[in-house]
Amino acid sequence: MRTFIERTGERTLGAIEELGYAFSLCIESLYWLLAGPFLQQPVRLSAVVAEMMKIGVLAVPVVLLLAFANGAMMAIQGLATLREFGAESQVVAGIAYSVTREFGVLIAAIVVAGRSGSAIAARIGSMQMSQEVDALRVMGVEPVRHLVAPILLAMLIMMPVLTMFANAAAIIGGGIYTSMTLSMPLAVFIEQCFDVLDWSDLAQGLYKALVFGTLIALIACANGFSVSGGAEGLGRFTTRSVVLSIAAIVVADMIFTYFLNR
Amino acid sequence: MPQAATVTASATPYAIEVEDLVSYYDSRRILDEVSLRVRPGEIMVVMGGSGSGKSTLLRHLLGLNRPAAGRVSLFGADISQASARELYQLRRRMGVSFQNGALFNSMTVEENVAFPLREHTRLDERTIRIMARMKLEVVNLAGFERLMPAQLSGGMIKRAALARALVMDPSLLFFDEPSAGLDPVVSADLDELILRLRDALRVTILVVTHELDSAFRIADRITVLDQGRILITGTVEEVRNSPSERVQNLLNRRSEEIDVDPEEYLRRLTD
Ligand SMILES: Nc1ncnc2c1ncn2[C@@H]1O[C@H](COP(=O)(O)OP(=O)(O)OP(=O)(O)O)[C@@H](O)[C@H]1O
Ligand SMILES: [Mg+2]
Repeated sequence: MRTFIERTGERTLGAIEELGYAFSLCIESLYWLLAGPFLQQPVRLSAVVAEMMKIGVLAVPVVLLLAFANGAMMAIQGLATLREFGAESQVVAGIAYSVTREFGVLIAAIVVAGRSGSAIAARIGSMQMSQEVDALRVMGVEPVRHLVAPILLAMLIMMPVLTMFANAAAIIGGGIYTSMTLSMPLAVFIEQCFDVLDWSDLAQGLYKALVFGTLIALIACANGFSVSGGAEGLGRFTTRSVVLSIAAIVVADMIFTYFLNR
Repeated sequence: MPQAATVTASATPYAIEVEDLVSYYDSRRILDEVSLRVRPGEIMVVMGGSGSGKSTLLRHLLGLNRPAAGRVSLFGADISQASARELYQLRRRMGVSFQNGALFNSMTVEENVAFPLREHTRLDERTIRIMARMKLEVVNLAGFERLMPAQLSGGMIKRAALARALVMDPSLLFFDEPSAGLDPVVSADLDELILRLRDALRVTILVVTHELDSAFRIADRITVLDQGRILITGTVEEVRNSPSERVQNLLNRRSEEIDVDPEEYLRRLTD
């Protein structure tokens, strides 16, 4: 019988090993992105563009919709709360800050984690199962260069873009509700947003976008390469990829927010 | 493009050299001090029952598995010591057809075959297509360029994988079960093709197979694996005339259960 402590120890070691693996994927990808062109083994632009399509462009409608709804909900809650203090006009600042610093990027990241986190893990996992990854390797094509590096780069480009889209949609969502309730024109709402916002507020969201994008890419790829045990294993690692990336995003966000807003 | 032996030209007369290779999956010993030498231009056939470790041996030759002990050298270069660059150079000279084909499922047959050319050469698109189609012609798959791997039969997948393995004109070829699942005519054609490749281009070829007829037709030498150990390595005649009971059992497809302890067997069943 294995004791609880033994199992916990094993799990911990496994987690550390996995972290190390994800980290090595990150370093190797950066290596190929930077050094590949000089070694005649470049990361293909066409692959990056294809990933940008899948990760970014196709996610735009969902991100817009969720962000818009989220902005409207913030306005509803904000107005209801602030009304009690007679400070309804403060809702603009509340929405502007929390969207750009927090919720725009969070919505974008959660959508991408759900859509691409699973898709990437499933794609790499099924390649792993059918020995396509081995085939790449024996052809002299490094799987990290061919598969991971384009995903990481596409994620680093598209996450900030999606975050900006989410910011815009959430502010417009909040603005529309506020303008209806407070008889304040939408244009004025948006103008006031620009007034209260500083570059550093936007930057805060964009930094996070880069970090969250990296986390999603690495967790999805690491889980994909770890797939074993047939179709059931594929399903398990795909689910795991989504759950872990969302957990990682929330934890990273908490750490970020703590240090950036003290 | 195909170059003559330029990489790591150390003075060994062997294209493939395996010395005392030991391999484990978890704690299970799969290969036990396997040694094997293949000369350039030779066709070596690896035979053995299912689960005897043939594919595992192949994975070691390809540098996909790390040996627990022993050494694997290709063209004189120890592949577990080789730098990334050396390994890359070696791999550009190898063609591999995996047991299940391992075609890229997201690409058409033609894109699969063209893939190594796209990665490793600067040929223009037209030339790449022509070369890919020529190889598909060679394996009798002309007209199937646009199909996806999922739309192919098992035998067609094998042949497409073979075309992909050949497209860089490798000097070292590995086939895992090239003829399993093929009808006898196609299988004989494949054997013919393997012989021609060797004769025309002096390609060194290692074939893993179950099929006795095929093995005897193409092999210069045969090595017989049994439960991770080499029973015999020799010419077709030597293997045929081997006095070893196990070799003869394998050749005559007799069951190998002779030395199973009945009590142990019963215990396994009821455990
Ligand atoms: N990834 C793996 N993990 C654990 N054990 C494995 C793995 N791959 C193979 N084995 C085990 O190694 C042994 C040898 O397998 P291998 O695939 O080399 O056999 P083989 O000779 O190629 O058989 P076949 O003719 O059926 O293809 C088998 O007992 C198998 O269970
Ligand atoms: Mg096998």
